Amino acid sequence: MALDQTDVEKIAHLARIAINKQDIANTTEGLTQILAMIDQMQAADTDNVEPLAHPLEMEQRLRPDKVTETNQRETFQATAPATENGLYLVPKVIE
Amino acid sequence: MLNKTVAQLAAGLAKGEFSSVEITQQYLNQIKQLDSQLNSFISVTEDHALATAKAADNRRANNNAGLLTGIPIAHKDIFCTNGIKTTCGSKMLANFIAPYESTVSQKFQDAGCVMLGKTNMDEFAMGSSNETSYFGAVKNPWQLDCIPGGSSGGSAAAVASRLAPAATGTDTGGSIRQPAALCGLTGLKPTYGRVSRWGMIAFASSLDQAGPMTQTAEDAALLMNIMAGFDEKDSTCANEPVPDYTASLNDSIAGLKIGLPKEYFSKGLDSKIATNIEQAIKELEKLGATVKEISLANTDLALPAYYVIAPAECSSNLSRFDGVRFGHRCENPGDLEDLYKRSRAEGFGAEVKRRILVGTYALSAGYYDAYYIKAQKLRRLIKNDFVAAFNDVDIIASPTTPSPAFKLGEKSNDPVAMYLSDIYTISTNLAGLPAMSIPVGFAGGLPTGMQLIGNYFAEAKLLNIAHQYQQQTNWHQQLPTAIQA
Repeated sequence: MALDQTDVEKIAHLARIAINKQDIANTTEGLTQILAMIDQMQAADTDNVEPLAHPLEMEQRLRPDKVTETNQRETFQATAPATENGLYLVPKVIE
Repeated sequence: MLNKTVAQLAAGLAKGEFSSVEITQQYLNQIKQLDSQLNSFISVTEDHALATAKAADNRRANNNAGLLTGIPIAHKDIFCTNGIKTTCGSKMLANFIAPYESTVSQKFQDAGCVMLGKTNMDEFAMGSSNETSYFGAVKNPWQLDCIPGGSSGGSAAAVASRLAPAATGTDTGGSIRQPAALCGLTGLKPTYGRVSRWGMIAFASSLDQAGPMTQTAEDAALLMNIMAGFDEKDSTCANEPVPDYTASLNDSIAGLKIGLPKEYFSKGLDSKIATNIEQAIKELEKLGATVKEISLANTDLALPAYYVIAPAECSSNLSRFDGVRFGHRCENPGDLEDLYKRSRAEGFGAEVKRRILVGTYALSAGYYDAYYIKAQKLRRLIKNDFVAAFNDVDIIASPTTPSPAFKLGEKSNDPVAMYLSDIYTISTNLAGLPAMSIPVGFAGGLPTGMQLIGNYFAEAKLLNIAHQYQQQTNWHQQLPTAIQA
């Protein structure tokens, strides 16, 4: 399926990726090429075929509902771009 | 010394012929001397390596050493290593110091192995040529103007040029086997769930699998003995017993039934690669194996199914990179949405963004059934083909790649042409089967590989066949001449 620039802008918004005006044409062309390759799969008959999500068809393992992790806030926040008083700082969004 | 296999180094360490500090220092010197030509390392952890080597020598002096204690190895920069830069080949994580250790690297640490450094890779393991790394392309040690293959190309180039005796890699669509083939190595992608994915930066969680990249099948078996096994921390890890992978290396392969899938030998296959595979199969026949043509009828559907499932999972996994808790953050964001959008636009490279967009589209309202569910149905058809084939044959043999290593830049502007480099490897990731690549000759001075695909958890059988082949041939012992000491 061919995409137009409006489609690509919408997908980029959903993916939260900024795209420059000058890059949109290239991006649209690249994605259209890939989708044309992907669309070959539509010719296959998959009626009555169950989707396969896990190659070994394993079921999700459960563990007892117990706290096993220790608090390592300082370690994890050491790699953050900006923190204050143990909180992650982000730009102000509410006036 | 630098040309020794892991098995030979282990034997030398055990006999006291050399110390771990001595061999570690030699590899570090070699990296310093040659890696500027290859760009196979992102980080060289010299101080850490020498301290670990010293500790390994002490363990040995105190009779507390395992078989691989003191052996140097390199880790793909996708494995989180506590306190050490872990970039996944991306600007997004260019300065990320991992706050924990991956299960795989922890297991090597516990065994007393010495980490030489973190190897270069395609950004977030997305690529078939190792040209998408933020830290620059890796060069193929056989011909420096060629690609080493991706995404574990740094690991492949490092081992092929003997900057490390062995390395770890990961394989989502062929990223261990393809660079192993293009650089002349032995590379094993284990069964999905055989090796823990915990602490390995996720690309496509239902496909990613870690494995060894080595000179020989024997070395791959030694590394698998450390890597494989159940891990409580990875909910997708299989709780199956782990055999000693070295125990069956010398078993006879007489009576082995090899399936040759006709779909893997048709259009687009380099004729010299076809000849090399033919000769390799003859060697296996001399050892008592028999050959049967088989059909994997849905092979053509693997590429489109893969390029829906992998991007869909990648768009989900990479949503964690939002500039808030770790990783790259843009300058002066206007508000939260601007922070997300610009941090991601600046931090990710072109191929990663392309796949996130494809995945976002495939999962979006109105397209989920037509793309994602359809691809998961094809995945079952592809798996069913393999299950049926393994009723008739013990293993499947094929080329690993359709061509030898291509020139740097040759396919950079054509994503679909690039995706075709993994045409023979992606089916086994979709099915979750184990597969390996071993060197079987050259084409135009470049190494070529044969892929062996096994049934679920049949890694020991694959290693046995590869080892038997390597006892009869010396392709795996050839050394690249392009790098200048």
